[in-house]
Amino acid sequence: MSGGVPPYVRLANEIAAQFAHRSPEDAATVIANHVKATWDPRMKQALITYAESGATDLSPAAVLAAHRLQAAR
Amino acid sequence: MSLLKEPDFGTPARPGEATVELTIDGVNLRVPPGTSVMRAAKQAGVDVPKLCATDNLEAFGSCRLCVVEIDGVKGTPASCTTPVRDGMNVRTQNERLGKLRRGVMELYISDHPLDCLTCSANGDCELQDMAGVTGLREVRYGSGVEAGANHMDLKTDTSNPYFDFEASKCIACSRCVRACDEVQGTLALTIEGRGFDSKVAAGAGVPFFDSDCVSCGACVQACPTATLQEKSVVELGMPTRTVLTTCAYCGVGCSFKAELRGDELVRMVPYKNGGANEGHSCVKGRFAFGYASHPDRVMEPMVRDTIADEWRTVSWEEAITFTARRLREIQAEHGQGSIGAITSSRTTNEEVYAVQKMVRAVFGNNNVDTCARVCHSPTGYGLKQTFGESAGTQDFRSVDESDVILVIGSNPTDAHPVFGSRMKQRIRQGAKLIVIDPRRIDLVRSPHVQAAHHLELRPGTNVAIINALAHVIVTEGLVDRDFVTSRCEDFETWEAFIAQPEHSPEAVAEICGVPAEEIRAAARLYATGGNAAIYYGLGVTEHSQGSTMVMGMANLAMATGNIGRAGVGVNPMRGQNNVQGSCDMGSFPHELPGYRHVSDDDVRSIYEHLWGTPILNEPGLRIPNMFDAAIDGSFKALFVQGEDIAQSDPNTQHVFAALGALDLLVVQDLFVNETAKFAHVLLPGTSFLEKDGTFTNAERRINRVRPIMAPRTGKQEWEIICEIAQAMGYPMHYDSAAQIMDEIALTTPTFMGVSFAKLDELGSIQWPCNVEHPDGTPIMHSDEFTRGKGRFMETMYVPTSERSTRKFPLILTTGRILSQYNVGAQTRRTANVAWHAEDVLEIHPHDAEVRGVTDGDLVALSSRVGRTELRAKISDRMPVGVCYTTFHHPVSGANVVTTDNSDWATNCPEYKVTAVQVDLIPASAAADAVREPVVAGGNR
Repeated sequence: MSGGVPPYVRLANEIAAQFAHRSPEDAATVIANHVKATWDPRMKQALITYAESGATDLSPAAVLAAHRLQAAR
Repeated sequence: MSLLKEPDFGTPARPGEATVELTIDGVNLRVPPGTSVMRAAKQAGVDVPKLCATDNLEAFGSCRLCVVEIDGVKGTPASCTTPVRDGMNVRTQNERLGKLRRGVMELYISDHPLDCLTCSANGDCELQDMAGVTGLREVRYGSGVEAGANHMDLKTDTSNPYFDFEASKCIACSRCVRACDEVQGTLALTIEGRGFDSKVAAGAGVPFFDSDCVSCGACVQACPTATLQEKSVVELGMPTRTVLTTCAYCGVGCSFKAELRGDELVRMVPYKNGGANEGHSCVKGRFAFGYASHPDRVMEPMVRDTIADEWRTVSWEEAITFTARRLREIQAEHGQGSIGAITSSRTTNEEVYAVQKMVRAVFGNNNVDTCARVCHSPTGYGLKQTFGESAGTQDFRSVDESDVILVIGSNPTDAHPVFGSRMKQRIRQGAKLIVIDPRRIDLVRSPHVQAAHHLELRPGTNVAIINALAHVIVTEGLVDRDFVTSRCEDFETWEAFIAQPEHSPEAVAEICGVPAEEIRAAARLYATGGNAAIYYGLGVTEHSQGSTMVMGMANLAMATGNIGRAGVGVNPMRGQNNVQGSCDMGSFPHELPGYRHVSDDDVRSIYEHLWGTPILNEPGLRIPNMFDAAIDGSFKALFVQGEDIAQSDPNTQHVFAALGALDLLVVQDLFVNETAKFAHVLLPGTSFLEKDGTFTNAERRINRVRPIMAPRTGKQEWEIICEIAQAMGYPMHYDSAAQIMDEIALTTPTFMGVSFAKLDELGSIQWPCNVEHPDGTPIMHSDEFTRGKGRFMETMYVPTSERSTRKFPLILTTGRILSQYNVGAQTRRTANVAWHAEDVLEIHPHDAEVRGVTDGDLVALSSRVGRTELRAKISDRMPVGVCYTTFHHPVSGANVVTTDNSDWATNCPEYKVTAVQVDLIPASAAADAVREPVVAGGNR
């Protein structure tokens, strides 16, 4: 962990920051596609679980992306 | 083969059709205009005697041995400096010419030691050869003292670790001086004095080692006598046979003639027909091969149950059985995904392919990654997104046709010296240079080279500046509309994005620290200056927006139509020799060989059918993910092939914690490196002198690596992988490395036409090599992009979270220098340490002064994750507020202070931006200090 934030949260937030200029819907799509294409399953699951827990330190776009990943399963 | 001596045509080839017809010694032939009579004669099978001429240097016309007679021409012109003309009739041999040549030779020999039998160049001396060719039987003036004044008592300069300068044997032909000028481009040598006092001098008459000489060896290669001679030849004698092979250092991938005497390597000589280097080399490739026989080499396998235990030397069988058993035990206890491997850019394509196959087919997961993760993974991502292929677009030769060269975050004269020399040659011919780099690298201003623009930006602001360049091109009407319309997609969306005022030079000038007008001028030059080529390095990729920056550069090239022909393109300068190849071979956890995603059913089925086992359709762990997973307990075993992740990867504290948490760490390496200190199994590796396989360089050129000796450890590295696989219950076997390449070609479309036999026939092949391009593809995307249309991508600048603060007010950026390579495991075990015995911290005079630091002081370098100590080197190459160091020595451990920030898309570490503080260590404390890096939370 870095500063108490799980690595997958930090990474998801960093991805989300790149698409902050896009609409939340668009950003979530891009983030979800990127995570789906490049993340190990255990990291994806951890992100989904974290998003579902209602944690506040995950960016809204990343939360939305995590929901998309869950829905696509 | 016996000793290979390439033909020397005396002067360089001239391009163009052979339209000039002439006759030489009765032989009619046609040659291109501008060809010298000497070269034409050689093509006609006639060797004109020569001493000052050689075909990698322009004609000089000083030795007068190559005189000829030409009908209608008075006197006896030098054939090297006389260009051919239509209808010319040339005679190269008759009594008159013979007499003239013997006269010249008499003068040379009268001032040359007559110690041929004991001379180190005996048998490889052009002066000796010419004495024979000209039929010299007497020297009327005598020799040495009896001939009068002479140079026989000049002292030999032995200061260079690799070659001697025996001045008494110099014939002042200037070949060494011209090689330094024309081939290397350093201009370190000169002819000092006039007339009889003329002599070769390094710089202002200082010893070679103290001069500007970069020890590339071009002068040694050019010398026709024993004057400049490798110490190894002096010591061992002349080599007797040649093995053609490929350098194991940087991504240029130079071809070399390994010259041996029996089984002993005497010297490495760059191969003139080498596609990447065309006869040139650097100090590492030519001279720094001694590590292969260094006593530190591990020659037998070793195992231990815990890292607190002593190593036990064991048999191969025991080491392999132990490794296989522990891997299976760990999988049984912690799951199929609890183990993985890291491949190396220092190993061959065949070795890398074997490891990724072991992971996918035997481990049953996709937990394979490569050291390119920490260097050029953003290149793979960015160029795949935009162009459709994870590779550079050009061959090295392409730069010869560039009119504008844009160098971003790359220091070619240090990190890719042979290509750097080629780039310098082109700049001296008139190409304009733009450098985008926080540091004033040598290319910005060196002899006869000066950048038209140096955009000295703040570290971490690459994307802001590339966007500003694109903004100028779009808003000032400099877009190549025809190219964009016919070849690209998503342009309109991108155009609207990049035209926004926030991307203007005026808006980003404050962010980047570069004046807006300078950005505008650079953009105009890039867009309108003719063929414009981009060359970039880790100063682009090793940032939190590395992938974004790669896409930004691709946008720039597409917008200006600078793709798909010679002289243009987007070109990653790969750090290690086989970065491209290790990526090509399926080392990334989401991609099978050829950059095909693991979720692609069709691709997976190719391998499932061939390997007889299912392959997971989801990505595995990347290296940083492996470290995180090791710490959280879900990843328990790692196989590391030829990498020293404990030294090279960022945030040493984090890496140490991860490696220390593993139940099994297997290291395959030449040495007990820093990573091996955490290992349970050490499998001795093979040096490039023992390997049989291929490397793929930065221009996608596949080159053969041929062994000059059998593996000193008894096994090729791919054999070890096969044996581990077999011990784990999977039948994996190859008879040879060639057979592995056959499997690669069978399963990977871009390698379809590649085989060892074809490589032996063609010398090298640049992939894609397929039905459409049976001899390879020097330049990509000529008619269409690999993905069809080139895709413009929006590249929003997002500042890094790593900022300078009151506590850490400076920004540290890291890199490499000429004489050392990567973590230094190889070069630190050679005489190259004479140039760089330790890493130093380059710090601006202002930043040093306010801290009371003077040149050579020991300083503490601290960041939020660690602290280390280095000697300070005061330098104004960086702007105020930026300091720089290298990571070649474990004792200083530069990565103790780098953080785990990374590129958003690929997790490539942000090595280039770390907020640090520098503090003077008082002399009294420095004297007692034990130089050891310290990571937060303890050391190891």
